[in-house]
Amino acid sequence: MATGSRSEIILEELTAVVLLTLMGAAAIGMARQRNLYGVVLLSGIYSFLMATVMVVLDAVDVAMTEAAVGAGISTVLLFGAIHLTGGTESKPIHRPWLPLLVVVATGAMLVYGTLGLPAFSDPGAPIHQHVAPRYLTEGPVKTGVPNVVTAVLASYRGFDTLGETFVVFTAGIGVIALLGRRRPRRPLDKSREESKE
Amino acid sequence: MRLDIILRVLAKLLIPFALVFGLYVQFHGDYGPGGGFQAGVIVAAAVIFYALIYGLPAARRVVPTEMVQSLMAIGVLLYSGVGIASILLGGNYLDYFVLGADPVSGQHRGIFWVEMGVLITVASVMLKIFYVFAGRRRDAEEAEE
Repeated sequence: MATGSRSEIILEELTAVVLLTLMGAAAIGMARQRNLYGVVLLSGIYSFLMATVMVVLDAVDVAMTEAAVGAGISTVLLFGAIHLTGGTESKPIHRPWLPLLVVVATGAMLVYGTLGLPAFSDPGAPIHQHVAPRYLTEGPVKTGVPNVVTAVLASYRGFDTLGETFVVFTAGIGVIALLGRRRPRRPLDKSREESKE
Repeated sequence: MRLDIILRVLAKLLIPFALVFGLYVQFHGDYGPGGGFQAGVIVAAAVIFYALIYGLPAARRVVPTEMVQSLMAIGVLLYSGVGIASILLGGNYLDYFVLGADPVSGQHRGIFWVEMGVLITVASVMLKIFYVFAGRRRDAEEAEE
Protein backbone atom coordinates (compact mmCIF):
# COMPACT_ATOMS: atom_id res chain seq x y z
CA MET A 1 0.00 0.00 0.00
CA ALA A 2 2.91 2.35 0.70
CA THR A 3 4.14 2.16 -2.90
CA GLY A 4 3.12 4.85 -5.39
CA SER A 5 3.05 8.60 -5.40
CA ARG A 6 1.80 10.78 -2.57
CA SER A 7 -1.54 11.54 -4.22
CA GLU A 8 -2.16 7.79 -4.71
CA ILE A 9 -1.54 7.13 -1.03
CA ILE A 10 -3.92 9.94 -0.04
CA LEU A 11 -6.55 8.55 -2.42
CA GLU A 12 -6.20 5.06 -0.91
CA GLU A 13 -6.45 6.42 2.63
CA LEU A 14 -9.54 8.41 1.64
CA THR A 15 -11.15 5.32 0.06
CA ALA A 16 -10.46 3.28 3.18
CA VAL A 17 -11.92 6.00 5.45
CA VAL A 18 -15.08 6.30 3.33
CA LEU A 19 -15.53 2.50 3.27
CA LEU A 20 -14.98 2.16 7.04
CA THR A 21 -17.46 4.99 7.70
CA LEU A 22 -20.06 3.22 5.57
CA MET A 23 -19.33 -0.03 7.48
CA GLY A 24 -19.90 1.79 10.76
CA ALA A 25 -23.20 3.14 9.42
CA ALA A 26 -24.22 -0.39 8.36
CA ALA A 27 -23.35 -1.76 11.82
CA ILE A 28 -25.40 0.93 13.59
CA GLY A 29 -28.26 0.24 11.17
CA MET A 30 -28.09 -3.48 12.01
CA ALA A 31 -28.19 -2.77 15.75
CA ARG A 32 -31.19 -0.42 15.45
CA GLN A 33 -33.17 -2.48 12.91
CA ARG A 34 -35.96 -4.71 14.27
CA ASN A 35 -36.88 -6.27 10.91
CA LEU A 36 -34.52 -9.22 10.53
CA TYR A 37 -34.70 -9.24 6.71
CA GLY A 38 -33.29 -5.72 6.83
CA VAL A 39 -30.58 -6.85 9.24
CA VAL A 40 -29.50 -9.66 6.90
CA LEU A 41 -29.43 -7.32 3.91
CA LEU A 42 -27.33 -4.83 5.88
CA SER A 43 -24.93 -7.58 6.96
CA GLY A 44 -24.52 -8.54 3.29
CA ILE A 45 -23.74 -4.90 2.47
CA TYR A 46 -21.31 -4.83 5.41
CA SER A 47 -19.52 -7.91 4.00
CA PHE A 48 -19.24 -6.35 0.53
CA LEU A 49 -17.78 -3.18 2.06
CA MET A 50 -15.34 -5.32 4.05
CA ALA A 51 -14.34 -7.12 0.84
CA THR A 52 -13.69 -3.76 -0.80
CA VAL A 53 -11.54 -2.68 2.15
CA MET A 54 -9.54 -5.90 1.63
CA VAL A 55 -9.04 -4.97 -2.04
CA VAL A 56 -7.78 -1.53 -0.96
CA LEU A 57 -5.31 -3.33 1.35
CA ASP A 58 -4.16 -5.51 -1.61
CA ALA A 59 -5.44 -8.69 0.10
CA VAL A 60 -7.36 -9.92 -2.93
CA ASP A 61 -7.59 -13.55 -1.77
CA VAL A 62 -9.26 -12.51 1.48
CA ALA A 63 -11.53 -10.09 -0.39
CA MET A 64 -12.71 -12.92 -2.66
CA THR A 65 -13.46 -15.17 0.32
CA GLU A 66 -15.26 -12.38 2.18
CA ALA A 67 -17.42 -11.50 -0.83
CA ALA A 68 -18.33 -15.14 -1.57
CA VAL A 69 -18.84 -16.42 2.00
CA GLY A 70 -19.84 -13.29 3.92
CA ALA A 71 -21.99 -11.56 1.36
CA GLY A 72 -23.11 -14.56 -0.70
CA ILE A 73 -23.63 -17.83 1.14
CA SER A 74 -24.11 -16.43 4.68
CA THR A 75 -26.86 -14.13 3.41
CA VAL A 76 -28.68 -17.03 1.75
CA LEU A 77 -28.32 -19.22 4.86
CA LEU A 78 -29.54 -16.41 7.16
CA PHE A 79 -32.57 -15.80 4.91
CA GLY A 80 -33.28 -19.53 5.09
CA ALA A 81 -33.05 -19.43 8.89
CA ILE A 82 -35.32 -16.36 9.10
CA HIS A 83 -37.88 -18.11 6.92
CA LEU A 84 -38.01 -20.83 9.60
CA THR A 85 -38.09 -18.55 12.65
CA GLY A 86 -39.99 -15.42 11.54
CA GLY A 87 -38.82 -12.01 10.44
CA THR A 88 -39.12 -9.66 13.43
CA GLU A 89 -36.88 -9.43 16.45
CA SER A 90 -38.76 -9.57 19.77
CA LYS A 91 -38.38 -6.61 22.11
CA PRO A 92 -35.49 -7.00 24.56
CA ILE A 93 -36.55 -7.56 28.18
CA HIS A 94 -33.71 -5.57 29.74
CA ARG A 95 -32.31 -2.16 28.93
CA PRO A 96 -29.04 -2.70 27.07
CA TRP A 97 -26.90 -0.47 29.35
CA LEU A 98 -24.68 -3.22 30.84
CA PRO A 99 -23.89 -4.89 27.47
CA LEU A 100 -23.26 -1.42 26.01
CA LEU A 101 -20.83 -0.65 28.86
CA VAL A 102 -19.00 -3.97 28.32
CA VAL A 103 -18.74 -3.37 24.56
CA VAL A 104 -17.52 0.22 24.94
CA ALA A 105 -14.96 -0.80 27.61
CA THR A 106 -13.66 -3.71 25.47
CA GLY A 107 -13.52 -1.48 22.39
CA ALA A 108 -11.64 1.22 24.28
CA MET A 109 -9.14 -1.38 25.55
CA LEU A 110 -8.60 -2.73 22.01
CA VAL A 111 -8.07 0.78 20.62
CA TYR A 112 -5.61 1.43 23.48
CA GLY A 113 -3.85 -1.82 22.53
CA THR A 114 -3.41 -0.71 18.90
CA LEU A 115 -1.42 2.33 20.14
CA GLY A 116 1.39 -0.07 21.06
CA LEU A 117 1.49 -1.65 17.60
CA PRO A 118 4.00 -0.57 14.94
CA ALA A 119 2.70 2.00 12.44
CA PHE A 120 0.52 0.78 9.58
CA SER A 121 2.58 -0.82 6.73
CA ASP A 122 5.85 -0.09 8.59
CA PRO A 123 8.52 -2.23 6.85
CA GLY A 124 10.46 -2.49 10.13
CA ALA A 125 7.55 -4.13 11.99
CA PRO A 126 8.38 -7.53 13.58
CA ILE A 127 5.86 -9.36 11.35
CA HIS A 128 7.82 -8.26 8.25
CA GLN A 129 11.16 -9.30 9.75
CA HIS A 130 10.52 -12.90 10.91
CA VAL A 131 9.65 -15.49 8.22
CA ALA A 132 7.94 -13.20 5.70
CA PRO A 133 11.17 -12.24 3.82
CA ARG A 134 12.05 -15.93 3.45
CA TYR A 135 8.56 -16.73 2.06
CA LEU A 136 8.80 -13.83 -0.38
CA THR A 137 12.32 -14.57 -1.68
CA GLU A 138 12.42 -18.39 -1.44
CA GLY A 139 8.74 -19.18 -2.05
CA PRO A 140 8.51 -18.68 -5.82
CA VAL A 141 11.87 -20.44 -6.37
CA LYS A 142 11.30 -23.45 -4.10
CA THR A 143 7.62 -24.10 -4.86
CA GLY A 144 7.47 -22.78 -8.43
CA VAL A 145 4.25 -20.95 -7.49
CA PRO A 146 4.32 -17.20 -8.23
CA ASN A 147 1.37 -16.39 -5.91
CA VAL A 148 2.97 -16.27 -2.46
CA VAL A 149 -0.42 -16.58 -0.74
CA THR A 150 -0.97 -19.99 -2.36
CA ALA A 151 2.62 -21.08 -1.63
CA VAL A 152 2.30 -20.20 2.06
CA LEU A 153 -1.24 -21.57 2.42
CA ALA A 154 -0.75 -24.91 0.70
CA SER A 155 2.96 -25.61 1.16
CA TYR A 156 4.65 -23.73 4.02
CA ARG A 157 1.54 -23.83 6.19
CA GLY A 158 0.17 -27.12 4.84
CA PHE A 159 -0.62 -28.42 8.34
CA ASP A 160 -2.65 -25.30 9.19
CA THR A 161 -4.65 -25.62 6.01
CA LEU A 162 -5.25 -29.31 6.70
CA GLY A 163 -6.60 -28.28 10.10
CA GLU A 164 -8.80 -25.62 8.50
CA THR A 165 -10.19 -28.15 6.05
CA PHE A 166 -10.99 -30.43 8.97
CA VAL A 167 -12.72 -27.49 10.71
CA VAL A 168 -14.93 -26.95 7.66
CA PHE A 169 -15.63 -30.68 7.50
CA THR A 170 -16.48 -30.79 11.23
CA ALA A 171 -18.82 -27.82 10.80
CA GLY A 172 -20.63 -29.72 8.06
CA ILE A 173 -20.87 -32.85 10.21
CA GLY A 174 -22.18 -30.74 13.10
CA VAL A 175 -24.91 -29.21 10.97
CA ILE A 176 -25.91 -32.67 9.68
CA ALA A 177 -26.00 -34.04 13.25
CA LEU A 178 -28.11 -31.13 14.55
CA LEU A 179 -30.44 -30.39 11.63
CA GLY A 180 -30.02 -33.24 9.16
CA ARG A 181 -32.59 -35.53 10.70
CA ARG A 182 -36.18 -35.17 9.58
CA ARG A 183 -37.37 -34.23 13.04
CA PRO A 184 -40.76 -32.64 12.24
CA ARG A 185 -42.11 -36.05 11.21
CA ARG A 186 -41.26 -37.79 14.44
CA PRO A 187 -44.21 -36.52 16.54
CA LEU A 188 -46.61 -37.81 13.87
CA ASP A 189 -45.01 -41.27 13.91
CA LYS A 190 -45.12 -41.33 17.69
CA SER A 191 -48.81 -40.44 17.84
CA ARG A 192 -49.49 -43.19 15.30
CA GLU A 193 -47.59 -45.73 17.38
CA GLU A 194 -49.43 -44.64 20.50
CA SER A 195 -52.82 -44.98 18.81
CA LYS A 196 -51.85 -48.51 17.73
CA GLU A 197 -51.00 -49.42 21.29
CA MET B 1 -41.82 -19.77 -8.96
CA ARG B 2 -43.09 -21.01 -12.34
CA LEU B 3 -43.58 -17.48 -13.70
CA ASP B 4 -40.08 -16.18 -13.00
CA ILE B 5 -39.10 -16.51 -16.64
CA ILE B 6 -36.47 -13.74 -16.58
CA LEU B 7 -34.76 -15.23 -13.54
CA ARG B 8 -34.84 -18.69 -15.06
CA VAL B 9 -33.32 -17.61 -18.37
CA LEU B 10 -30.70 -15.44 -16.64
CA ALA B 11 -29.79 -18.26 -14.27
CA LYS B 12 -29.27 -20.60 -17.22
CA LEU B 13 -26.97 -18.01 -18.78
CA LEU B 14 -25.02 -17.17 -15.62
CA ILE B 15 -24.52 -20.54 -13.91
CA PRO B 16 -22.11 -22.00 -16.52
CA PHE B 17 -20.00 -18.85 -16.28
CA ALA B 18 -20.04 -19.03 -12.47
CA LEU B 19 -18.84 -22.66 -12.62
CA VAL B 20 -16.10 -21.86 -15.14
CA PHE B 21 -15.04 -18.90 -12.99
CA GLY B 22 -14.85 -21.29 -10.02
CA LEU B 23 -12.55 -23.59 -12.00
CA TYR B 24 -10.47 -20.58 -13.10
CA VAL B 25 -10.09 -19.42 -9.49
CA GLN B 26 -9.08 -22.98 -8.54
CA PHE B 27 -6.52 -23.66 -11.25
CA HIS B 28 -5.23 -20.11 -11.64
CA GLY B 29 -4.68 -19.88 -7.87
CA ASP B 30 -0.97 -20.56 -8.40
CA TYR B 31 -0.59 -17.37 -10.45
CA GLY B 32 -3.34 -15.01 -9.29
CA PRO B 33 -5.67 -14.57 -6.36
CA GLY B 34 -7.72 -17.61 -5.50
CA GLY B 35 -7.40 -21.21 -4.43
CA GLY B 36 -9.40 -24.07 -3.01
CA PHE B 37 -11.43 -22.16 -0.42
CA GLN B 38 -12.57 -19.42 -2.80
CA ALA B 39 -13.24 -21.79 -5.68
CA GLY B 40 -15.18 -24.17 -3.42
CA VAL B 41 -17.45 -21.37 -2.25
CA ILE B 42 -18.00 -20.13 -5.82
CA VAL B 43 -18.91 -23.63 -7.06
CA ALA B 44 -21.29 -24.10 -4.10
CA ALA B 45 -22.81 -20.66 -4.75
CA ALA B 46 -23.50 -21.62 -8.37
CA VAL B 47 -25.44 -24.73 -7.28
CA ILE B 48 -27.23 -22.75 -4.53
CA PHE B 49 -28.22 -20.18 -7.19
CA TYR B 50 -29.65 -23.04 -9.27
CA ALA B 51 -31.57 -24.30 -6.23
CA LEU B 52 -32.96 -20.82 -5.46
CA ILE B 53 -34.31 -20.35 -9.01
CA TYR B 54 -35.36 -23.88 -9.96
CA GLY B 55 -36.25 -25.23 -6.52
CA LEU B 56 -34.54 -27.59 -4.13
CA PRO B 57 -35.77 -30.88 -5.69
CA ALA B 58 -34.28 -29.89 -9.07
CA ALA B 59 -30.94 -29.09 -7.44
CA ARG B 60 -31.03 -32.38 -5.54
CA ARG B 61 -31.54 -34.20 -8.85
CA VAL B 62 -28.46 -32.49 -10.33
CA VAL B 63 -26.27 -32.82 -7.22
CA PRO B 64 -27.70 -35.60 -4.99
CA THR B 65 -27.44 -35.25 -1.22
CA GLU B 66 -25.67 -38.61 -0.86
CA MET B 67 -23.00 -37.50 -3.31
CA VAL B 68 -22.49 -34.20 -1.42
CA GLN B 69 -22.15 -36.09 1.86
CA SER B 70 -19.54 -38.48 0.46
CA LEU B 71 -17.63 -35.62 -1.18
CA MET B 72 -17.34 -33.86 2.20
CA ALA B 73 -15.25 -36.77 3.44
CA ILE B 74 -13.49 -37.41 0.11
CA GLY B 75 -11.98 -33.91 0.09
CA VAL B 76 -10.51 -34.28 3.57
CA LEU B 77 -9.27 -37.79 2.73
CA LEU B 78 -7.64 -36.50 -0.46
CA TYR B 79 -5.77 -33.83 1.52
CA SER B 80 -4.67 -36.32 4.19
CA GLY B 81 -3.84 -38.81 1.42
CA VAL B 82 -1.28 -36.39 -0.04
CA GLY B 83 0.42 -36.48 3.37
CA ILE B 84 0.35 -40.29 3.44
CA ALA B 85 1.70 -40.42 -0.12
CA SER B 86 4.65 -38.22 0.83
CA ILE B 87 5.40 -40.52 3.78
CA LEU B 88 5.29 -43.57 1.50
CA LEU B 89 7.66 -41.87 -0.94
CA GLY B 90 10.17 -41.31 1.83
CA GLY B 91 9.43 -37.79 3.05
CA ASN B 92 7.70 -36.29 6.07
CA TYR B 93 3.93 -35.86 6.33
CA LEU B 94 2.80 -33.25 3.72
CA ASP B 95 6.39 -32.90 2.48
CA TYR B 96 5.72 -32.27 -1.21
CA PHE B 97 9.34 -32.30 -2.38
CA VAL B 98 9.33 -36.10 -2.77
CA LEU B 99 6.13 -36.21 -4.84
CA GLY B 100 7.67 -35.39 -8.23
CA ALA B 101 10.80 -36.04 -10.28
CA ASP B 102 12.40 -32.81 -8.97
CA PRO B 103 11.47 -30.80 -5.84
CA VAL B 104 9.68 -27.98 -7.71
CA SER B 105 7.43 -30.31 -9.71
CA GLY B 106 6.79 -32.23 -6.47
CA GLN B 107 5.67 -28.99 -4.84
CA HIS B 108 3.41 -28.27 -7.83
CA ARG B 109 1.80 -31.70 -7.63
CA GLY B 110 1.34 -31.54 -3.87
CA ILE B 111 -0.22 -28.07 -3.95
CA PHE B 112 -2.52 -29.11 -6.82
CA TRP B 113 -3.99 -32.11 -4.98
CA VAL B 114 -4.16 -30.34 -1.63
CA GLU B 115 -6.09 -27.45 -3.19
CA MET B 116 -8.32 -30.00 -4.90
CA GLY B 117 -9.12 -31.57 -1.54
CA VAL B 118 -9.93 -28.14 -0.09
CA LEU B 119 -12.18 -27.35 -3.07
CA ILE B 120 -14.13 -30.60 -2.75
CA THR B 121 -14.66 -30.34 1.01
CA VAL B 122 -15.52 -26.61 1.08
CA ALA B 123 -17.94 -26.83 -1.86
CA SER B 124 -19.74 -29.90 -0.53
CA VAL B 125 -19.95 -28.65 3.08
CA MET B 126 -21.41 -25.29 1.95
CA LEU B 127 -23.88 -27.09 -0.28
CA LYS B 128 -24.83 -29.59 2.41
CA ILE B 129 -25.48 -26.82 4.96
CA PHE B 130 -27.71 -25.07 2.41
CA TYR B 131 -29.56 -28.31 1.60
CA VAL B 132 -30.19 -28.96 5.29
CA PHE B 133 -31.42 -25.41 5.97
CA ALA B 134 -33.63 -25.23 2.89
CA GLY B 135 -34.83 -28.83 3.24
CA ARG B 136 -35.89 -28.33 6.84
CA ARG B 137 -38.46 -25.75 5.77
CA ARG B 138 -39.84 -28.19 3.22
CA ASP B 139 -39.98 -31.02 5.76
CA ALA B 140 -41.72 -28.75 8.29
CA GLU B 141 -44.32 -27.75 5.70
CA GLU B 142 -44.92 -31.37 4.78
CA ALA B 143 -45.39 -32.25 8.45
CA GLU B 144 -47.93 -29.45 8.85
CA GLU B 145 -49.93 -30.74 5.90
